[in-house]
Amino acid sequence: MTKSELIQSLVASQPQLDQRDVELAVKGLLERMCRALQVGERIEVRGFGSFCLHHRPARLGRNPKTGASVQVPERHVPHFKPGKELRERVDQ
Amino acid sequence: MALTKADLAEALFQELGLNKREAKDFVELFFEKIGEALGQGDTVKLSGFGNFDIRRKGRRPGRNPKTGEAVPIAERRVVTFRASHKLKERVDSHARSGG
Repeated sequence: MTKSELIQSLVASQPQLDQRDVELAVKGLLERMCRALQVGERIEVRGFGSFCLHHRPARLGRNPKTGASVQVPERHVPHFKPGKELRERVDQ
Repeated sequence: MALTKADLAEALFQELGLNKREAKDFVELFFEKIGEALGQGDTVKLSGFGNFDIRRKGRRPGRNPKTGEAVPIAERRVVTFRASHKLKERVDSHARSGG
C-alpha cells in the first residue's frame, strides 16, 4: 500500500471529507511525526507501536572500494517497535 | 514527553480545521488502515516517512531466560520499519546541529 492508496482508502471511509482534506491530513500527520523524531521526541500510538531514536556511536569504517579507513561520526536513526495488537495481527 | 494520538488529532484540529471529533476519528482510522494492510501481509510505503515491511522469521530453538529450559519458537511474521532517506537525514542533521 502506498501513500496515495492509503489516501484513497481513507477517502472511501470518510465521505464527509473531500479528497483534498484527506491528502492534507495524511501529509500533516506524517509531517508532524517526522518533526517529533527530528527533535528527538518519541511517538507512542497505542495498539500500533512506538517510534524512537537509536543512537549509533562513532566508529571507524572502511571505504569498501579502496579499503581506506574512514571515521564514521555518531548518528541517530529512527526505530519502530510494533505494539502488541499489531504484532498479533501480523502474525496470525 | 511523547507524541500521542491525542497530539496528532490536536494538530489536525489546529492546522487543518477538522473538528475535534473528525480529527480524533481520522487519526484512529489512519493507523487502523495501516495496521489492516500489514495484517494482510501487505507492505506499506509512505514516501518521505518510511516503509513498513512484513518479514517471515523461521522457526528456531529458544530458551526461557529465567529457567534455562529449551522452548521451540515457531515460525512467525513480524513488522519492520525502514525510515526513508529523507527522514533519516532530517533526524541526523538535527542531532548533529546539537538539538
